[in-house]
Amino acid sequence: MLDIVGKRYWYYLISAVVVVPGLISLILFGLHFSIDFTGGSMLELQFHESGVVEPAQLKELFGEYGFADTMVQSSTENIFLIRSKVLDSETKRQIEEDVQDRFGEFTELRFESVGPTVGGEVQQRAYLVVGMAAVAILIYISFAFRHVMNPVRYGACAIIAMVHDIFVVVGLASIFGVLFGWEVDALFLTALLTVIGFSVHDSIVVFDRIRENSRRYAGQPIEDVVNHSIIQTLDRSINTQLTVVFALTALLLFGGITMRNFVWTLLIGIVSGTYSSIFNASPLLVEWERRPDLLLYALSFVIPPAGLIIGLYLVFRGSDRSQPWAKGCLLAAVAGAVSIGGLLLLRGLLLS
Amino acid sequence: MFTERRGTLALLGCIIVLALCAAWTDLPGNPGLHIHLGPINVDRDIELRRGLDLQGGLQVLLEADLPPEQTVDPGAMEATRAIIEQRVNSLGVSEPLIQLSGGRRIIVELPGIEDPEQAIETFGETGLLEYIDAGLTFLPAGTIVKTTEDVASPAPITPTVTITPTIPDVTTTAVPLATATSETVTATITATATMIVTPSAVVTPTIPVTPTVPPTPEEPIYETIMTGRHLKEASMGFGQLGLIEIRFELNDEGAALFEQYTRAHVGQLMCIVLDKAVVSCATINEPIPGGAVRITREGGFPPEEAESIVIRLRYGALPIPLRVETNRTVGPTLGEDSLQKSLIAGAIGMSVVVLYMLLYYRFPGLLADGALMIYAAVVLALFKLIPVVLTLPGIAGFILSVGMAVDANILIFERMKEELRAGKGLRLAVEQGFSRAWPSIRDSNISTLITCAILFWFGSYFGASVVKGFALTLGIGVLVSMFTAIIVTRTFLRLIVDLDVVKHHRWFGV
Repeated sequence: MLDIVGKRYWYYLISAVVVVPGLISLILFGLHFSIDFTGGSMLELQFHESGVVEPAQLKELFGEYGFADTMVQSSTENIFLIRSKVLDSETKRQIEEDVQDRFGEFTELRFESVGPTVGGEVQQRAYLVVGMAAVAILIYISFAFRHVMNPVRYGACAIIAMVHDIFVVVGLASIFGVLFGWEVDALFLTALLTVIGFSVHDSIVVFDRIRENSRRYAGQPIEDVVNHSIIQTLDRSINTQLTVVFALTALLLFGGITMRNFVWTLLIGIVSGTYSSIFNASPLLVEWERRPDLLLYALSFVIPPAGLIIGLYLVFRGSDRSQPWAKGCLLAAVAGAVSIGGLLLLRGLLLS
Repeated sequence: MFTERRGTLALLGCIIVLALCAAWTDLPGNPGLHIHLGPINVDRDIELRRGLDLQGGLQVLLEADLPPEQTVDPGAMEATRAIIEQRVNSLGVSEPLIQLSGGRRIIVELPGIEDPEQAIETFGETGLLEYIDAGLTFLPAGTIVKTTEDVASPAPITPTVTITPTIPDVTTTAVPLATATSETVTATITATATMIVTPSAVVTPTIPVTPTVPPTPEEPIYETIMTGRHLKEASMGFGQLGLIEIRFELNDEGAALFEQYTRAHVGQLMCIVLDKAVVSCATINEPIPGGAVRITREGGFPPEEAESIVIRLRYGALPIPLRVETNRTVGPTLGEDSLQKSLIAGAIGMSVVVLYMLLYYRFPGLLADGALMIYAAVVLALFKLIPVVLTLPGIAGFILSVGMAVDANILIFERMKEELRAGKGLRLAVEQGFSRAWPSIRDSNISTLITCAILFWFGSYFGASVVKGFALTLGIGVLVSMFTAIIVTRTFLRLIVDLDVVKHHRWFGV
């Protein structure tokens, strides 16, 4: 029989290999926010004849109207995507006339303009939404598993798996932003929330089996119960994931270009969601039972202030047994603070 | 046993009826619902509503152009919305959407609009309330007129002649009569004062441009007497005999202007014009001092019309200045292209899923595929009936929900296989497969529904119809999938068990 729980540290390592570069990129380069969040204008033009204009020429033309930091991308020979600061309708009309005079006839495929205030609010709201989703799901799982011992554990492990998926998606978005100019827009946020929902959906199916099996095999070591549950639900996890992946791949291959990033985000997130529910969320339940200190160290590393508080609390209030834990928490917190601080410093250097 | 089978058959009948209804609703050339049975009158076209990204169109988020610390009166905001709605309706867009979003924003969605720039200008301009001098011509409500406000800058009318009005003790003597038809003009208040009407030539307000633009015979330019900014308050009231009339009060400047004007133009018509369209005309029966004016009509105003006029008087100019905060325009070609592509993608995606289920789960897979077809038909029918505005991400949500719909079936089948492997009989395996899989299906779907709800709320907040569309379609998909997995697939399976056609467990992939 497959021993997933026994090899869990390998699976944590795989997660780390995906998550850590993304997080480093996130700290160093941040995300490439679209006009949905920053405000600005986006104009998509299709010229009737191809080869009449180069992106640089369009950029120059926009520059003449005082839109110096305009970005122009061409998706095909004659379709151009122009991102600039907010264009009011009068300026837009003038510029379009000018473009037509210089480079020939075109069709305006799309125009979007978002005021900076709305953009800022949407960004704030976006963080709020992700936070709300996490809290709502924690409450819900704690409720759904209220008859099990330690329901909050299940909720917390599902949340950790969810945070893992968020990091995977956001981290890769940051890397792809650097490499391919991916933008984070309202649709990205939608995909992210869907991934959150899906990730928890998957975790619950496995947890549900653990809930059932821990009743049936009461007294068995938790490793065995969890491992058995994972194996039992493995077929279902893989099949469900495959059908969703099939559907999304069809969308990716045959759907329009406007949604490509959206579908990619969903795909990455859903694969990550299934992975994390099998290889992270469930083994973490075992971890919580066997080595809760490791979880505390991880938490301290990721959120150093929390580690500091926990460490100090354990130093002053904890029993003798927890003294090594306190040391570990404080060390992890220091290590975390140093790494994050180092990266932020590097970011500062890069920016200057 | 026997009754149980009858129950299953009854359920199957219901499912077939439901599937047929859904299929009928889904037909592209659906004639719509037209039921006339006694008191029941239903007239509804059933068609798939396409979002802006699929058919092209314009979405604008308008925001009150006021300093952030200034509070915005909800009533004024609602009136602004109503005025914009009126203006949009004049554009002749099918299915426009104009709604308030938060305290200071209005979302306007115009699908399929040809000229977005023009549209924004039409409803975005601050409305203009004018009182015009119509001379002796009666202008029916709705007439589009040209006024001097177009031509000249809104110069306040400065009377050249100072008149010391010999005002009798009338404060509310005001009898312009609104007339539905031009011929009935009667004074409702008998003027007690004898008014000396000064020759009109003397009082003609001086608007310098007027003479230079001689009115062409077809399009006369009417003189603007005063505008909305001279209005202090407008209300609806009951006059003599309890008839509904409209009252308004002018500010000091307006009162002076009005008095001078009416003094000079007794017997002529004055019209209230909003955004160049005549709202109502009345004859000046006598000079009106004091700035309190009443408009009456023989037989009284119908309440709705009076209210509408009051709103327009009160908020003639958009009560709140607006600016375009967000503007999204999608050209029709891009929309059409996206629709085609995503429909093809959807069809292919679903076929692959159907095939996979068949290959992996064999016989039950076939049943699940049947359930999946019913699922797709029901969801589409719901989209048409609710109606859900379908956007590109909405289609993605639907395709994603197909995957999730299959998930419920997969959970059930895996459970069944386990029970069969444990040596249970087919009937027991089916029943236990369902009852054991149900908690998982329920709990996991609820978590998806929670995120859908949060997304929907987020999408409503800033008018991101794409986000809202996705959340809605995914949510509907998840709900329907729970129904099809539990009711439809189970009925199918029970029927198979009852008919005893399955000879080998191998058919179930065991």
